[in-house]
Amino acid sequence: MKKDFAMKQEVLLGDEAVALGAIHAGLSAAYSYPGTPASEILEYLLRRPAEERGYKAAWSVNEKTAFEEALGASFAGRRALVSMKHVGLNVAADPFMNSALTGVGGGLLVVAADDPGMHSSQNEQDSRYYADFARIFCFEPAGHQEAYDMTREAFDLSEKLGIPVMLRLTTRISHSRSVVMPREPRSQNSLRLGQWQDWTLLPVNARRRFKQLLERQGALLAASESSPFNALTLNPSDRSLGIIASGIAWNYVQENIRGLASKPSLLKISTYPAPESLIRRLTDHVDRVLVAEEGYPLIERLLRGLYGVPGKTVLGRMSGELPASGELSPDIVREAMGLRPLEHFEAGERPLAGRPPQLCAGCPHADTLKALNEALRDRSGSNVFSDIGCYTLGALPPYNAIQTCVCMGASISMAHGGSDAGIRPAVAVIGDSTFGHSGITSLLSAARADADMTVFILDNGTVAMTGGQTSHATGPGLLKIIEGLGVPPEHILVIEPLPRNHERNVQIILEELDHRGLSVIVAVRECVTYSSKRRG
Amino acid sequence: MEGRGSGKQDIILAGVGGQGILSIAYVIDHAALDEGLNLRQAEVHGMAQRGGAVQSHLRLSSETIFSDLIPRGGADMILSVEPLEALRYLDSLAPSGVVVTSTTSYRNIPDYPDLEDVLERLRRVARHAIADSEKLAKEAGSSRAQNMVMLGAASPFLILKEESLLRHIENLFKPRGGNLVDVNLKAFRLGRDAAGS
Repeated sequence: MKKDFAMKQEVLLGDEAVALGAIHAGLSAAYSYPGTPASEILEYLLRRPAEERGYKAAWSVNEKTAFEEALGASFAGRRALVSMKHVGLNVAADPFMNSALTGVGGGLLVVAADDPGMHSSQNEQDSRYYADFARIFCFEPAGHQEAYDMTREAFDLSEKLGIPVMLRLTTRISHSRSVVMPREPRSQNSLRLGQWQDWTLLPVNARRRFKQLLERQGALLAASESSPFNALTLNPSDRSLGIIASGIAWNYVQENIRGLASKPSLLKISTYPAPESLIRRLTDHVDRVLVAEEGYPLIERLLRGLYGVPGKTVLGRMSGELPASGELSPDIVREAMGLRPLEHFEAGERPLAGRPPQLCAGCPHADTLKALNEALRDRSGSNVFSDIGCYTLGALPPYNAIQTCVCMGASISMAHGGSDAGIRPAVAVIGDSTFGHSGITSLLSAARADADMTVFILDNGTVAMTGGQTSHATGPGLLKIIEGLGVPPEHILVIEPLPRNHERNVQIILEELDHRGLSVIVAVRECVTYSSKRRG
Repeated sequence: MEGRGSGKQDIILAGVGGQGILSIAYVIDHAALDEGLNLRQAEVHGMAQRGGAVQSHLRLSSETIFSDLIPRGGADMILSVEPLEALRYLDSLAPSGVVVTSTTSYRNIPDYPDLEDVLERLRRVARHAIADSEKLAKEAGSSRAQNMVMLGAASPFLILKEESLLRHIENLFKPRGGNLVDVNLKAFRLGRDAAGS
């Protein structure tokens, strides 16, 4: 790859800039589970021409397996990347937390893409807290070139500090395009196995490793303090206002700054642990500090501590200058900077009819939900526990078919608990990929108890909501898994969700709802949107 | 690569998931790159792409661009493949901005407002270009080419050269085979001529 390399700027998504940065950093292996806004990182790695693919890249069955696969590659001395959406890190939290103790062989980059504003998510948790929790280093880019450069830097730093490094993205950087100028690629690491004393977290080793991790915190802070990605500019002639901004919020501050009569002192924070001495120099210099950060008020909270900064006013999400929740925007930050809104065209009467997302025309889920609704029509007291996927849209009109959606796999386990608590009929609805991700263990538990519930597995053969990625639990293999978990074969039913099969499907569902034990109905029909362009 | 372009243009692209908003963005992005402009383009992926309202903020400038999102009142153009979706983002338009929209409604909601009323409100924008994208796309050979009709309708208002846009329509559709390049180039020209008339 090296000798053919020519500097050529590319228009890339933030996610893609990270992927390219990883390739050029000598990536050997990358793993992920699809999830908005992180999916495009692995998609890009898979899309690169075969001759450039000196690395392994694959969709994993869930984020925990993805993390452990990456950790194994790092143990082997190779550079590895694992990427996921913010809530995916909850699934991977076990290996994530412990990887800070094992440390790394080859550089290990954990990319967590947060979704403030919950465009496509169940919450807006801030992954920087996870980095802090695990006591590892975290980068947060404000732009695309930074996303590329930081990715490369992160691998070097991971090896230098001997710990995994996080790169935190947010939706607006993940899914925004801009130009990136790549640099000369680095070659891959060679195979070199880790030491068992470091990697076997028996208490005797884990205590020593945790102590070493804590001892390394000074080195982490020093790396953050000296990082060229942070920038402090003090205005000697105006001490009234300082602004601290991180990630995408930095762009919103820059967007509006020319509107201010006097330029405030500025601190851009891009690395964590937060660079304390830079923050100290800013707060010493000014009377008021506005903290603009996308996500939770992490830096603002550090500043406030228990007692605040004596003599200084700290403004941000906690003080109400910025909203406590939701995504920032140039307009929101503008207002917090004390600027008047821009003049805009007066569009008149609001609100307009909304246009929420909906199932595609001809979607197999629609036929399953219609049959389920009809079967449940005369069953008062029923409840449908659902899961994460396109079928979650079944909560909206015209279906109004599901009553819960919590996290990957929760449909089956919640239906189990609901059934134990007396709900009849208790129904679970989950897709094939979500089942593979986190439903298998739930169904094993329900099968052992022969829980009185009916589970629908909607097998459309793909991960549709995120763009048609590979599903690991589909087709004949899915049926074998269900049987292998101990579901009675006579209560494993396959239906084909099509309008012409409606009456028959309703009959099958009614029979299984009447069964006082566990039934699994597998609704098999390919996704209409991604059937023709399934990818590996 | 041509000479460095100048100026600044902030565009909100709008439509319904599946209407090909991101293909319009692809063509404008790469044309801007050829002309030496900086660009930033925020997209919507994931859940909203399932038939929901989608929008993309596209910023072009010879200067540094900071925010990925266009501030309210900062949009120089709203370019929409669907009239209700054009109306949805009208608040973002600068008072002097231009709205380029299709008259073809996409009715996948039960409470779609009166179309004439929607169009009337769009016509109140002093600078507007309105085209019947469905009719023109069919004339070009495929109703799926409505996005390129609307790009054509917007082209007289863009700070980009038409030849740059045409080149990237070709780049976009060539790998997809068949007569797609011809259909989409024709759709572009029909849209451009309709907007000019």
